[in-house]
Order: sequence, then structure tokens, then C-alpha cells
Amino acid sequence: MGKLKTTLIFGAIAILGAIALAVIALHQGESISAVWIVVAALCVYAIAYRFYARYLAGKVMGLNAKRPTPAVRHNDGLDYVPTPRNVLFGHHFAAIAGAGPLVGPVLAAQMGYLPGVLWILVGAVLAGAVQDMMVLFMSTRRDGRSLGDMVRTEMGPIPGIIAQVGVLMIMVIILAVLALVVVKALAESPWGTFTVAATIPIAIFMGLYTRYLRPGRVGEVSVIGVVLLILAIIGGGHIAADPFWGPAFTLSGTTLALAMMAYGFIASVIPVWLLLAPRDYLSTFLKIGAIVALAVGILIVRPHVQMPAITPFIDGTGPVFSGALFPFLFITIACGAVSGFHALISSGTTPKLLENENQIPLIGYGAMLCESFVAIMALIAATVLDPAVYFAMNSPVAVIGDNAASAAAAVAQWGFHITPAELEQLARDVGEHSILSRAGGAPTLAVGMAHILSGVIGGKAMMAFWYHFAILFEALFILTTVDAGTRVCRFMIQDLLGVAVPKMRETKSWTANVVATALTVSLWGYFLYTGVVDPLGGINSLWPLFGIANQMLAAVALILGTVVLFKMKRERFAWATAVPAVWLLICTLTAGFQKLLHPDVKIGFLAHARKYQDALTAGDILAPAKTAGDMHRIIINDYVNSALTAGFLFVVLTMVVYGVRACLKARKINHPTVVEQPAAHELTLEDEAMDTARA
Amino acid sequence: MPRPAPASPEPAGGADLLCVCRDTLVRWGKDARRTASLMVGQPDYEVYVAHAEATHPEQPPLDRTAFFRLHEARRFGAGGAFRCC
Repeated sequence: MGKLKTTLIFGAIAILGAIALAVIALHQGESISAVWIVVAALCVYAIAYRFYARYLAGKVMGLNAKRPTPAVRHNDGLDYVPTPRNVLFGHHFAAIAGAGPLVGPVLAAQMGYLPGVLWILVGAVLAGAVQDMMVLFMSTRRDGRSLGDMVRTEMGPIPGIIAQVGVLMIMVIILAVLALVVVKALAESPWGTFTVAATIPIAIFMGLYTRYLRPGRVGEVSVIGVVLLILAIIGGGHIAADPFWGPAFTLSGTTLALAMMAYGFIASVIPVWLLLAPRDYLSTFLKIGAIVALAVGILIVRPHVQMPAITPFIDGTGPVFSGALFPFLFITIACGAVSGFHALISSGTTPKLLENENQIPLIGYGAMLCESFVAIMALIAATVLDPAVYFAMNSPVAVIGDNAASAAAAVAQWGFHITPAELEQLARDVGEHSILSRAGGAPTLAVGMAHILSGVIGGKAMMAFWYHFAILFEALFILTTVDAGTRVCRFMIQDLLGVAVPKMRETKSWTANVVATALTVSLWGYFLYTGVVDPLGGINSLWPLFGIANQMLAAVALILGTVVLFKMKRERFAWATAVPAVWLLICTLTAGFQKLLHPDVKIGFLAHARKYQDALTAGDILAPAKTAGDMHRIIINDYVNSALTAGFLFVVLTMVVYGVRACLKARKINHPTVVEQPAAHELTLEDEAMDTARA
Repeated sequence: MPRPAPASPEPAGGADLLCVCRDTLVRWGKDARRTASLMVGQPDYEVYVAHAEATHPEQPPLDRTAFFRLHEARRFGAGGAFRCC
């Protein structure tokens, strides 16, 4: 009976999903409702979760509900705490959901909605969720150890160190590219700059409140904070219109970049309770709230997708980022389909809180499906905009010029029509001077969200409010990632420098703290600054680097997963991690080599350097450089980017070699060789009774 | 997996049904609060106190403020939580 019910329910879901996918894929001409995309996604997730996640849990990993998890074994009420699965799901989802799934799909929308939707769905189901679940499983079996630790114990000390350095490089690129997204959103926008600046005094007030007035009252202080933030958004409109304060908050990209570096430095050296922790409350709750609001908004407004299913830009000539659909679509949409960064979170606090191994599918696989759905919603928000608006917002000045007339003329050449007056009117509607050339994802998403949310509450009159609400929510959680990431990087650098100078390891030492933080900030600050002054918008060169780095880390995690399956003598199921690993290797290696060696100057860093070098030798100055010094700087940037790409390629190739060697070695031995916590003391009935009593 | 026992095994009659509804709502509220605090790195204080009393009755447990500050410092300390991009 139960089996028949399951068959009927999932049969219906499969049919509904197939219809929705057919509508999305086959529809030509008139626009389709975004609800079809939502339905297709939900059906795919339901089937994947019910069947594939269960297959992974039972056959591939062999989860054992009787085997005690680290939380049960080391229950100390502090770090290791068996936590109800719904609570842990929320925690894990909040930790993995960030700006990545919001920005990537918006950029990828230049190729049309179809490639993005398909990769987000297929990638999440077969690669991303598998990676998250596998890492959570491995870490749970190893007392909640980190990814780097597991690479060291399962693959050897050299791959362990390489993985650690790789993680540091990725952190630097992530911090730079996220900071760049914020700079792109706030440049020349007094309203946005004011509201984001206002979060600093608001957070400090909240910090003092939780420290001295009402210690630990997070809920209460967060409500006060959110009210103050809404007042700041409303106040921002008046500030922007003010003849004195308006210009005072109108900052250029370079000024904002320098301000962000100074801010990142200060925020990560002062005590965390003063600024970092309270900002973390605001950004976490606002993030969850905004994601829910967007989902509800899409269902109520049921907007139509305006972007074509596939645009001509799949050949790599698009203005938003350069490079053809393969491999660059799979690099541009990283988080949302598969994100290596999740491996760091799935091997962080989550395994220390897991109550039972049988909850691994829900937490590992399920939370990633939710993240994927966030990416789908971001893609919807970008594609319900008029494509002409989308391209005017996301193309660099070098392509569309710096005024509404030139932008309208440029997008008309691509077949999308809009009048300059309409572009100017939209900018006025959202309370900005101009919306042109704001690549980076955040502003496009904000216009899309404003479009959807103003359809629910407030109509056109509230559009400017919703736009700045969306900008604030993105900027807020990106800035929290930047400060917290700067601190994480600082500890990693202190650890690495400690090898040579043991004194650097003292985390309480003021000198070590300042030196390591300054080093971290200058590393990401360098990439941020070069991105801001880049005439092609910076996102063009930095986002692919970030994507390559992130997918490369995912490949490393999946290689580790494959090695572990071989060492468990479960190699006949190792395709589950090996296939996505191979796909990611193909994508990252192709993209990496293209970024290095492609003859097109828009794609290949070395070709770009050569073009400027040749011009310099011939005595010419190429835009945007104004002096020979500028030319030299551009060439140096190209070489730095090339070196970084080569570094990523080196990391991933060595991991492949070590991974294959470990698998072959494990195959020759006829018993399991994994380094797991022994399952010897499985839960006895007595323990179980204790456990129930405690709960 | 330890789940809270249902409030009443046999919800017969209007009053009992009301009780069940109320208890469910209270439980959801509690879960939501726990989830929200864990999202910002603060585990449940009551669970900790119950655990400390059961395992180390001779030591006084940390008070609420000390518990809060310990987790605040840990979340952003060395080896602290990664936040995703």
C-alpha cells in the first residue's frame, strides 16, 4: 500500500515536472510564466531527494543510524551538541547561503534563461548536493574534522598542505570579488551608500546593547536593528535628495574600494562583539527574510520571463562576461549548482551538531537543494526584466558608452529595444541617477526584486524603497562575509607564517594580529582595486577566477570523496562522486587554460598582456591607460592573474594525481583502509534510553 | 531519534484538541527560536545547563552571559565559522 502510494505521488510529480520542463525548453516566441520554472525546479528536487539522496545514503555511503555521531560521543553541551534536525537544517542552510547563488545566475542570464536553469538543476542534484552530503558524511565519521585535515589523513601530508594553500587563495579571491560586487552597487549611489554606511553605527549600538545593557538578548536587539535599518532606507531617500548630503555620499568606485579596505581592516581587529557579531545577526535574519519574501513574491506576482530562452551570446561574445557557454557557464554559476566552499562548512560545525547519521541526507543534500532554489529565484529575478534593461545594466561603459542614448543604441544592435527616456525613467523609479553599466549582479537582482516585490506591496511608488532594500540586504551580508572572512584568512596566514616565525602564531599578540590582518586586506584589496579600475568592469576578469577557484575546491572535495569510497571498499559506487568530479575537472581545466592561453584578448590574460606590451614597445597608449605607467600596471595585473590561474591549475592537477594514486592503492588491498572513528561502541540500548531522557 | 512526546496520546474532546494545538504551537515557537539562535552561532542554553547538571553536578554551569560570550568569541575566533560566498 505504502509503495503504491509512493509510486502514485512521485509518478504525478514526475509527469508535472516533465510538463514544466517541456514548457520551459520548447516554448518559442511569447514569454512564459516564471511559475513554470519554479514548478520544474520543485519537481526535480522532490524526485532527487526521494530517490537519489536515499540511494546515496543507503547504497553508496551505507549510513548507519546506530553508529554514534560526534555530537553523541563527545556531547559537552558546548561544541558537540545533538541538535534536532529541523534546527540544524536551518543553521546549515544559513551558513551555506550567501551572495554567490544570487550573483552567478544573474551574470549567466546573458546566455538566456534555459542554460542557467538546466545547469542549476542538474548541477545541484548530481554534483553540488552530492558533494555537500559526502563531505558531511566523511566529517561525521571523523569526529567533525575539517576538509584539510581529512585530505591529509586520507591522501597524505603533501596534498594536505596543497589543499590548505588552495583554500587560502580561494578565500582571497572570494573576498575581492564579493567586495567588488558591493563597490559596483554603491558607486555613485548616495542612497545606497548612506544606508550601508548607516549599518555601522546601528551595529555598534547593537553591540553595546548586547554587551552592557541586555547581554545575550539577540532576538530583541535584532528587532531593534531591523527597525533602524528600515528607517535608514527611508532616510536614505531624503539624504540622496539633499543638496549637501547627497553629494557627500556620492562616492566613486576607487574611493569606495579604499574605504572598504580600511573598514575591513578595522572591523576585523576590533573586538568582535562591537561590530562583527551584531552585523552578523542583522545580515543572517535579513538574508533569510529576503529569500522568503522573494519566494512569496514570485508566487503572488507570477511574473513573465522576458529574456529569450537562449541568446546569441552563448558563442562567447556577450558583454557581461567573455567566453563561450562551455566551459564558462559552468564556472559563472558556481554556488547554486555546486560550490566547493560548502565543503568547508559541511566539515565545520554541522557534523559536530548532527544527532544521527540518518539525518545526513536532509542536512547535506536537502540544504543544498534549497540553496539551488535560491539560485533559481535569482535567475528569475534577472530574466523577468526587459532584456534591454538587463544588458544596459550589465554591459561595461567601454561597450555601451556612458549615457542612456548610447546605451539604447548599443542594445538595439543586439535586437533589444528600449528608448533612452525609458532607461532614464527606470533609474528615477528606483531612486538612482543612472542604472547603466552596473555589472556585478547586485543592482540587476535589486531591480528584479523591486519589480517583483513592488507588485506585492506598494506598487511603483515603493519601487525605490524595495530597490534599496535589496541592495542593503546584499551589501550587508557580503560585508559580513568580508569582515568575517578577513578574520578567518588572518588566522590561516598566522598559522602559515608561524611555521617560520613561531611568534606569529600567538592569536592574542597585537603585532601578529595587525601584521596578518594588514597582509590579508592588502591581498584582497589588490584584486579589488584592480577590478574597480578595469575598463571592462572587473567582474569580467575576477568572477571567472572566483568560479574556477570555487569549482576547483569542489573537485578536490569530490576527489577526496572518491578516494574515501575506494578506501571503504565501496568502489563500485564511487561513480557517484567520480562523475561530478571529472565533469568539474573538465570545466575548470578548460576554463583555466583558456583564461591563460586563449588568443582572444577579452578571455586570455596573457594575450591581453601581450597586446599592451606590443603597444608599449610601439610607443602607443591604449585606453583605459593614460600614461606608460598605467600600461605597465595593466600588464602586471595580467601577469598576476595568470600566475593565480596557473596556481589553481597546479593545485587541481596535483590533487588529481594524488587522488588517482590513493584509489589505485586502495584497490589492491582487500580490506577497508579508511581512517574513520571505529564503530566499535555502537549505541547500546542503555545509551539510547539516556539520550531520550536527556532530550 | 529523540522527539518530544506528543502532548496527549488520545486527543479526545475539544479541550484536549486545543491543548494539542497549543502545545504544537509552543514547540514550533521554541524550535524557531532555537534555529534562529543557532544560525548566529548560539546553541541552546537550557540544553547546556541540563547537560552540565547531568554530567558534572559538582561544577556550577556557566551563567547565560558567559555562555553567550563564549560562543560569540568562538564564532569569530581561530578556526571559526566559514561563511559562504
